[in-house]
Amino acid sequence: MNGASVSELDTLIGTGWKKPPLIKRDWLRWGLVIGALIYLIAAINSVEVNWERVYAGLDRGAAFIAAFLQPDFESRAGDIWEGMLESIVMAITSTVVGIAISIPIGLGAARNIAPLPVYLVCRAIIAVSRALQEIIVAILLVAIFGFGPLAGFLTLSFATIGFLSKLLAEEIESMDKVQAEAVKATGSRWAQWVNYGVQPQFMPRLIGLSMYRLDINFRESAILGLVGAGGIGATLNTAFDRYEYDTAAAILLIIIVIVMGLEYLSGLIRARVQ
Amino acid sequence: MVTHTQTDGTRTWSRRTQKQSLIRWVAWLIGVAVFVFCWNRISEVTTWFFVWDAPRIAGDIFGRATPPRWSYIDQLWGPIWDTLNIATLGTIISLMLAVPVAFLAARNTTPSKMFIRPIALFIIVATRSINSLIWALLLIAIIGPGVFAGIVAIAIRSIGFCAKLLYEAIEEINETQVEAITATGASRWQVMLYGVVPQILPAFAGIAVFRWDINIRESTVLGLVGAGGIGLQLSASLNVLAWPQVTLILLVILVAVVVGEWVSAKVRGAII
Repeated sequence: MNGASVSELDTLIGTGWKKPPLIKRDWLRWGLVIGALIYLIAAINSVEVNWERVYAGLDRGAAFIAAFLQPDFESRAGDIWEGMLESIVMAITSTVVGIAISIPIGLGAARNIAPLPVYLVCRAIIAVSRALQEIIVAILLVAIFGFGPLAGFLTLSFATIGFLSKLLAEEIESMDKVQAEAVKATGSRWAQWVNYGVQPQFMPRLIGLSMYRLDINFRESAILGLVGAGGIGATLNTAFDRYEYDTAAAILLIIIVIVMGLEYLSGLIRARVQ
Repeated sequence: MVTHTQTDGTRTWSRRTQKQSLIRWVAWLIGVAVFVFCWNRISEVTTWFFVWDAPRIAGDIFGRATPPRWSYIDQLWGPIWDTLNIATLGTIISLMLAVPVAFLAARNTTPSKMFIRPIALFIIVATRSINSLIWALLLIAIIGPGVFAGIVAIAIRSIGFCAKLLYEAIEEINETQVEAITATGASRWQVMLYGVVPQILPAFAGIAVFRWDINIRESTVLGLVGAGGIGLQLSASLNVLAWPQVTLILLVILVAVVVGEWVSAKVRGAII
């Protein structure tokens, strides 16, 4: 311990300890606090809450919670089954097609294996796909392709591309160069090099991500029906509009159970491949 | 990996044994069959005439939608402010709710592993697996349309996400520091405040900003079901087929998303 800190210690002895502040500069800390307070007051004041309406709605809230305890799977079983099947079908097809398109784009978006022009094009595709939200893409595609699961399938495939290619490209960029070089040294062609030198390195991650994306696509397919792009969302929307909370509760419970199942399954698969 | 000896005595290498190849082949066959079945179901309910006609329709819509109606921006400032408020207030409320849930769900801080932890985990899964648009639909039926429903929808939806990341951070804390604080004779709450909280604070701030970024995205579309924000204008413009306005709104949403992502990246870079 040097002299300075000893004398510092001497002055500190006998005084109480205070927690050091998170942000050290005083003006910045108080500026942030005051700015946040002003914003919060302005924001809360601009939100109009019709408390009478909220109070009147509490009965319906209670009815919904009651419905959750007694969900009605029976009376609309046909519609629920159709919608669920359509959601699952959309999730599976869009994940498969999305993966198939993501792999070349992911390869192209990895700077260490793609030339610059290809890299820029692939990164641009990824940026566009990530910036547009599913529901907005779905609105446009429904306008173009008409109502039905095809629009939903295209939307989810498009969203899958942005998600998978980006993560895949990052995985390839951080891969082990030595293995790839060893394969290259055997005199392999580019395709063989990717197949034996690069692909085994990103495969476990790709499988894990694909399962995760299947899970996301299923969840998203539940809302695409709101804008007419197929799936369980249309049934759910109708159930809410008709105040059939017991049917809505049944649909939500099925969604939760399927998502939990998929999460468990993807956990198992990821534990196996990694 | 195996090597085969050919009839002429040369040995060739192959990546898999015959049995492994067969299993893979069957798995691929099942996969392709499932895909074809699913594709057929989509194909059955698709009006292919519309699909073949799609390029013309797309060109038509593009023609109508450009150029954007820039003067419409004057009516968008209010909705943009609402959207920002939905995301920010929703995130703040959800963090307040997520912190206790996370402490109840983390293995090292939960009061009861048998009863309370499963309940906390169920809250996390249930709020996470239902999209904010569905929460908004539900809340509109209960508390009426408007910004307030949007805030509550975002808040509920974010609980699961924030609590999940936060409880994972709590489970990874360094126990020695907690023990050191306990050894000074601190009470349970003091241990929390001085032993646990400082360790998870950076993770907490990161999660908050990350979720705020996602919530900006989600709050832009909540209006489609009537929960306030710029989505209301979007749905109104779509309903009257005012495509130039739709283009402008989409551009505004795009800018909002990009700015949100930029702010969140900057703040996270400063914290971590």
